[in-house]
Amino acid sequence: MKDTIDSLRFRLTKRFGTKTVLRDFALEIRGRQFVTFLGPSGCGKSTALNIIAGLIPATIGEVSIDGERIDRLPPEKRGFGMVFQNYALFPHMTVFGNIAFGLQLQRRPTDEIRRRVQEMLDLVQLPGFEDRYPGQLSGGQQQRIAIARALVMHPRLMLLDEPLSNLDAKLRIEMRAEIKRIHTNLGLTSIYVTHDQVEALSLSDFIVVMKDGVLVQAGTPQEIHDQPVNVFVADFMGFRNFFPAKIDKVSGPGVYEAEGGGLKLRGSARHPFAPGADAVAAIRPDDILVGAGASGPNVFRAKVDIVEYLGREDEAVMTLETGSRVYVRTPTRIAAGDLVTLTLPPERMIFLPPDGGAA
Amino acid sequence: MTRRDTGEPSELDWLAIACLAPSLLYVLIMFVYPFLYGIYLSLRPIKVEGFSLANYVAFFTDQYQYKTIGITFRLAVPNTIVVVAISLLFAYNMRRGIFLERTITTILVLPISLGVILLSQGILGFYGGKGWFNQILQGIGLLEEPLVLTHNYIGVMLSLFMQQFPFCFLMLLGYISGIDPSIENSARTLGANPWTVFRRVMLPLIAPGLAIAFALVFVMSFATFPSAILLGQPTGATRTIAIAAYAQAFEQFDMPYASAIAVIMGLFQLGALLLILLLRKRMITAATMGVGKR
Repeated sequence: MKDTIDSLRFRLTKRFGTKTVLRDFALEIRGRQFVTFLGPSGCGKSTALNIIAGLIPATIGEVSIDGERIDRLPPEKRGFGMVFQNYALFPHMTVFGNIAFGLQLQRRPTDEIRRRVQEMLDLVQLPGFEDRYPGQLSGGQQQRIAIARALVMHPRLMLLDEPLSNLDAKLRIEMRAEIKRIHTNLGLTSIYVTHDQVEALSLSDFIVVMKDGVLVQAGTPQEIHDQPVNVFVADFMGFRNFFPAKIDKVSGPGVYEAEGGGLKLRGSARHPFAPGADAVAAIRPDDILVGAGASGPNVFRAKVDIVEYLGREDEAVMTLETGSRVYVRTPTRIAAGDLVTLTLPPERMIFLPPDGGAA
Repeated sequence: MTRRDTGEPSELDWLAIACLAPSLLYVLIMFVYPFLYGIYLSLRPIKVEGFSLANYVAFFTDQYQYKTIGITFRLAVPNTIVVVAISLLFAYNMRRGIFLERTITTILVLPISLGVILLSQGILGFYGGKGWFNQILQGIGLLEEPLVLTHNYIGVMLSLFMQQFPFCFLMLLGYISGIDPSIENSARTLGANPWTVFRRVMLPLIAPGLAIAFALVFVMSFATFPSAILLGQPTGATRTIAIAAYAQAFEQFDMPYASAIAVIMGLFQLGALLLILLLRKRMITAATMGVGKR
């Protein structure tokens, strides 16, 4: 078995009783990539990962690696490494016993096992922990051991099921960097499941956004971040301001002008719109500029309702003169009750198909 | 690590003691007093003046009496092993839920609700010489003569199994399904087949629960009385120690001697319990050391 793969292809449908958790979820993943399945809980991302691992069967579907079907293989024959949200270390074995487990099953020579366990402990920066039991380790240390235990087998594919969600915020950022470092240094192919868009953006070469068992958008972090295909993905990616609008005219390639709730809006769209079509205008709170005296398109007056102090920035809820609510994040100091001028930069504003439109 | 390591010994909590008082009183009146009185009684033989070990000496010098210990062990040990093993088989395979789980669990657990007498009557009817079991086997030509399955050792074993299996099964099912499924999943992805997962990962984690199940089933089997009378040979092959005590008390009307036998029986049960719990403790410190959940 090779250390890594050239491609993984799958097409999966999974039903539990009458509930469909995965609906024709299909993808091809290239070797040495870091791919993330991103979505809210219940979107089927973990189910997909478990099917790829062989831990649960698909109702319909196939999984193949480098052109070879593997969906009939039991998990122990697939040669994948898996890391679980709750670490899943063997509580009755020492750290050494945990990491050595798979190698012992392969009946490797004792000195080889000792050497490889040692290497892994060095890699996850926990040398000297061989004789501890999992119960004596912190959550972060347990997760490092779980990663070491999977990696020591030289898996051709690493599967990580929300590995950081049981850790506290500070540790999560540290471990995120650690996972990225290990992935890059060892040239692994990894599939990572998370509901955290920051994790997805910072780790991935490729992100797959899922909702209700369906692939909604797949692309590079930049594509997903800058050009979400619909309101669901945009909402997930931090667009908090959505204005229903009607397209007025096309004013350039991919540039549109629209009318929404009494506002004249200018922005761009990936999805082609015809004049008169319904759309949703979206912009992130931190893309909105606050300042007096601005002029040009997308400039509006607003009243500040609520201000939350976040240190470097303020986060504010405001009401536009037309009555629409706007969320703004700005380094400009403002106070509740202030009247301000807002600029919604046209290059930052996007038009999306309305709900129920093309995904 | 256990919580005990951190805290100072806590002060006396009078409210807790007050709340405990009714149950302590109950235990005192219903258990501790009769138990101590039984010990006292066993030391006051009818034929001897004052305190004496005469009853104990009598028991251990009379072959008819002391061999009941052997008979009881011969019933209790194999029965316990069979009950725990079969319960483990069922509970382990049902740990992640199965098709029609509720129905199957209900059927498996039903015998508890029937009571020993009804159960024994049923076994007598079904497995008896003219019962369906033998009739069917004879009918399809598998047997010439009916198998003798009641009023002997096998009858008692059958009855004990049916009474104790549901308890043991439910206890183990609760224990096993409480183990995080991702532990065995991770073992699978590391290259372990289902049998290796059971042997190397799950069995060590189940072992403490298995020990408790073993202890409880053993103690129940050791005290067997109605089954041994109704389905066994209460004067011969299945004359258990409980029958010996009963006979002294209500056939010979020698309460002190009966008490002595009861105390001996209790000591054997206690000894077995201690031995199993000691083994369990060693297993846990070696096995699941420092895991908060257990």
